[in-house]
Amino acid sequence: MSSLQGRTLAQGVTLAPLSEDVEEWGGAREHDELFELNFGPHHPATHGVLRLIVTLQGEVVVEVKPIIGYVHTGIEKTAEDKSYWKVIPVLERMDYLSYYFNAMAFCSATERLLELEVPERAQYLRVIHLELNRIMSHLVWLGTSALDLGAISIFWYCFREREAILDLFEMSSGQRMHTRYFQVGGVIEDIPRGFERKLRQFLKVMPARADQYADILNANEIVLQRLRGTCPLSAERLLALGVSGPLLRAAGVPWDLRKATPYSSYERFDFKIPVGTAGDNYDRYAVRHAEIYESVKIIEQALDGLPEGPHITPDRKVSLPPRHELATSMEALIHHFKLVTEGFRVPAGEAYVPIESPRGELACFVRSDGSSKPARVHMRDPSFVNLQALSEMVRGSYIADMIATVAMLDPVLGGIDR
Amino acid sequence: MIDAPALEALADQLRGEPEIGEQGIAGTEHFRAQAALHIAPERIGAVLSALRERGFRFLASVHGVDYLPEEPRLGVHYQLLDMSARERIAVKLRVPSERPEVPSVTPAWPTANHQEREVYDMFGVIFVGHPDLRRILMPDHYEGHPQRRDFPIGGEPVLFTYNESPQLGAPE
Repeated sequence: MSSLQGRTLAQGVTLAPLSEDVEEWGGAREHDELFELNFGPHHPATHGVLRLIVTLQGEVVVEVKPIIGYVHTGIEKTAEDKSYWKVIPVLERMDYLSYYFNAMAFCSATERLLELEVPERAQYLRVIHLELNRIMSHLVWLGTSALDLGAISIFWYCFREREAILDLFEMSSGQRMHTRYFQVGGVIEDIPRGFERKLRQFLKVMPARADQYADILNANEIVLQRLRGTCPLSAERLLALGVSGPLLRAAGVPWDLRKATPYSSYERFDFKIPVGTAGDNYDRYAVRHAEIYESVKIIEQALDGLPEGPHITPDRKVSLPPRHELATSMEALIHHFKLVTEGFRVPAGEAYVPIESPRGELACFVRSDGSSKPARVHMRDPSFVNLQALSEMVRGSYIADMIATVAMLDPVLGGIDR
Repeated sequence: MIDAPALEALADQLRGEPEIGEQGIAGTEHFRAQAALHIAPERIGAVLSALRERGFRFLASVHGVDYLPEEPRLGVHYQLLDMSARERIAVKLRVPSERPEVPSVTPAWPTANHQEREVYDMFGVIFVGHPDLRRILMPDHYEGHPQRRDFPIGGEPVLFTYNESPQLGAPE
């Protein structure tokens, strides 16, 4: 099979037709045979434990088959064995770069089943942490992707800013990763004194730092050659493959759940949805880079307009009573005991709640049978669905472009395998 | 949002389609502002394409549910999205555990490929007509479908060197 011979590739390179003279190639045709390459599961450019079986013709990718499941830990099954509030820390460990989003999807689904109102202040605090998490996730993506393209210094710059965000997370929740900050009905604690000042410092610095990343990358000839025009896929195919998030927006579809079906007060903030035009790797990079500025804008507005009030629902059947009440109120003690031992019961029913994660539509499906443990929890993880598009993106491209495309796909294997 | 009367009207419209028929739509469900159609399993292809013509062009998610001890026991849910009207609708079906067969929608909806494989892997629902129905998250030689409600948590022995079979997948 030499179906690619004589065809023009995506990059405008035409493969020379094979010479019939075998002697010319030293007795063997160089590009005639198909070569199967096992890429991963342990490979620095797979961004996790992802295995790709790549069929190559010379340097050109004919077919890619992703093999997944290496870090499957049965989180959805584990969740069925835990009361609702104990599910949150387990689910946070799925997509380990967007833990606030995992918690948000699950809490929103549970709140829908409970028909629970989240106080305004909690909604704003959630938005602040979600958007900080989005910037953090994009920084890890940018640093590691640039590393795949051979740019090493940007990795350190991105992780420097990520460090500042993790410090903020540590301040508000005590943890840097998997914070368990979001609870059903609100957030576990109000932000501490000094958080706002530190956050404002960060917000002042971040856009300038993002400008610096652009200065390093946007005029870099190697980066441009690796990204521009490589591995595009039309919006039509992306939609058929169920792709969402920055990958879809890079192809020119302005679909963002924060705008389309706002949740947690997103309708009150003024921000733009960056979109691309060509849907190639460069647009995928540019869209995510532009999203960093928009997230900063959202956090600034949320911080300026942060309403006063409770940070978690006052419904004592769902949220823990404040610590000081336990010493004086018998009722508070009973509530505390019931919540910690049995947990709260959720009315029977099913809820599917999607939110916009850094990688696209992250949805949580929760089925309750009326008990204090969920009967089924399913995460519609965007990485899992988006990965299906990889094969169509890279078919007919060079293997080096496949590396760049995997990076621009931004898969998180913890979320894919769950 | 599709409200309850609109959902009833939609169900009646779909029942009027020749490929779906009166028996095709078993019922509707409107719960917490979410619309869902309960359908006969063999009509899934026709229902989804009829909904596609009505604007629901994005298949957001396919996932499985085990309704033990109810029968038919295994459920498959399809979450559809209409991006221009910003509406969602769920299509739900149930199959018995003795014969868990559902026609695959992968040929018409490529995004269902991996998701149907996951439902097969976790619940043992067989998608007839799927191009490549293999396990996706669990190892190929794995026995049982772990997400079923009667599959015990911790029921699987942990592999150590002393109880590992010499060849992966070889019978004991």
